[in-house]
Amino acid sequence: MALKLRAREMLPVVFLVLVCVAATIKEPRFLDPKSINSILMWMPLITAAAMGQLIVIVMRGIDISIGSVIGFSAIAVGMILRANQGLPVGLALLAGVGIGAVLGMVNASLITWGKLSPIVVTIGTLTAFRGAAFLLSKGEQIDPSMIPDSLTGLASSGLKLGPITLSYLLIIALLVSGLAAIFLRYTQLGRDIFAYGSNPEAAHLRGVSVKRITFLGYTLCGAAAGLTGVMYAGRFGFVNPGTAGLNFELNVIAAVAIGGVKISGGYGSVFGVLMGCLLLSCINVALSVAGISADWQMVTYGAIILVALITDGVSRSVREKRLMLQEAQ
Amino acid sequence: MKSREWIPGMLIIVALMGFSKLSPSFFDINFLLANSTLYAEIGLLAVGMTFVIITGNIDLSVGSNMILTGCLTAKLLESGCPMIVAIGAACIMGTVFGALNGWLVAKLELPSFLVTLGTMAFYRGVAQAMLGPASVKLPPEFKGVDGYMFIGLPWPLFIFVMASLVCGLILHCTVFGRWVFAVGTNEAASRYSGIPVDRVKILAFAMTGFLAGVSGLLLDSRLGIVRHDLSRGIELDAITVAVLGGVSILGGKGSMLGTFLALFLIAVIKTGMGLGNVKAEYQLTIIGVLLITAALAMNFADLMQMRYKSKKRTPVSPA
Repeated sequence: MALKLRAREMLPVVFLVLVCVAATIKEPRFLDPKSINSILMWMPLITAAAMGQLIVIVMRGIDISIGSVIGFSAIAVGMILRANQGLPVGLALLAGVGIGAVLGMVNASLITWGKLSPIVVTIGTLTAFRGAAFLLSKGEQIDPSMIPDSLTGLASSGLKLGPITLSYLLIIALLVSGLAAIFLRYTQLGRDIFAYGSNPEAAHLRGVSVKRITFLGYTLCGAAAGLTGVMYAGRFGFVNPGTAGLNFELNVIAAVAIGGVKISGGYGSVFGVLMGCLLLSCINVALSVAGISADWQMVTYGAIILVALITDGVSRSVREKRLMLQEAQ
Repeated sequence: MKSREWIPGMLIIVALMGFSKLSPSFFDINFLLANSTLYAEIGLLAVGMTFVIITGNIDLSVGSNMILTGCLTAKLLESGCPMIVAIGAACIMGTVFGALNGWLVAKLELPSFLVTLGTMAFYRGVAQAMLGPASVKLPPEFKGVDGYMFIGLPWPLFIFVMASLVCGLILHCTVFGRWVFAVGTNEAASRYSGIPVDRVKILAFAMTGFLAGVSGLLLDSRLGIVRHDLSRGIELDAITVAVLGGVSILGGKGSMLGTFLALFLIAVIKTGMGLGNVKAEYQLTIIGVLLITAALAMNFADLMQMRYKSKKRTPVSPA
């Protein structure tokens, strides 16, 4: 059993090795510190947001609205920073978490008390929050001069390991992943989320408060996306209400799905999701290093998701057939 | 169940009354028709989406399918292929792309959300890899389908009305239609009662693909030029229309009439907001809020109906 569970996480690792080997053969510069740095630069945003999505998907939900939550939080925090230039970075990050959590609670309330399906709610709030970001900013973008250097410094500086830089953004993202891992593995609520995801009825009978974990899950997912919004502002140095976080939900859901998380709930790990995020980052950088135009990025994403899914589906049906044969004997 | 269609129906009347204060042309049928033409493509996708959602699945790839078919058709026409052949090819391509989704969902038992998320990226990605940032122009004789009228309707709208009529008949008056509802209500029970569940799913996805192909043609002809990044997010519009029209995202519930009415509701509201100088960004918020409110209202209506039914039943049931 342990081996079988592991297999889901090995898939992104195998892909990762394949992509890296192929990219290195095509263009040895792929292993240069410069391209490794750009891979590590690519990872933080998607990782931080993916941790929230992991929690929601494990409990059989989905949050499509995170792209707009990222946009809203980036705009809101950008405006706060515009008004008080001297705000410490820590507070800005916390403000992002708070704003994201509030938006997450909107989703959470509609799903828990409105008894609506997560897809409908978050498709609705995807457009609603994006519009709200425009309303808030009056359609104006937050210019690079308005974002303090202390925030953009999170992206440009970090721990140096020889020629490789671990940016502070990456460290924040890894901290979020660590927190998510501890929450999911060692807390009562985290275990309840898995219990509910694997079997909602049994979890209910065992006394898991379904409303509480649903509410908590979507709030946490919103909070992670809110944090990602502030990181976005730091990474790119400007925020446009129309483009900040646009279509980000798809990248995140792709990373989570490739990372071996079961979309039908009940199974998933932080390690797998990290590998999924790393894989997407490697693909992006590999494409540009190998001189393939960025136009091929999307088709590669799609192909990887499909291959991961098909591998999963085929291996499951083979396993089921074997089981049936065993039972027949 | 019928209460679900009342919601978009009533909202259309309210919207028309409200907007007529803004401009008297809201009672002018020609004005409404001209403005609804823009929404025929979303409508066709929503008609297909109705089938897929009723079977308990979802298709996020319709927009990408539409763009890929549109781009491939434009390429075919550019290389001198006769128009009839290109149109036929577009219909076939759309159907094949849709059926591929269905096959993955039904035969490999994969979640439709993820499969179509993958094909959404894949189909649009193929279009992007093929064309790059360039756009393809369509030959002049192919352009401008929305300018021509047929029995009083602009062509795209006529196609949408016909598609929803035919699909409505298929959904509500054929065995296949009943199977679609059965699969969405209880898949295991449908399998045990001998319904070819896999075939129903593949067909539902294939129909959606066909309609996406047709809307790709309409887009080509309306704009006269295609790029890979057109109509991003149109799949969400199509899902919004279907859900507004009372299709339950959990499957098993919905009607073509609801989808049909919901499309006109969206068309009227968007036209009205455009006329009232509501900025595009605020329109987004309003549509999002409307979707959630409508879904809440439908849940409430279902709840009331259940209470009413259970009250009627109480005297019969043994204590």
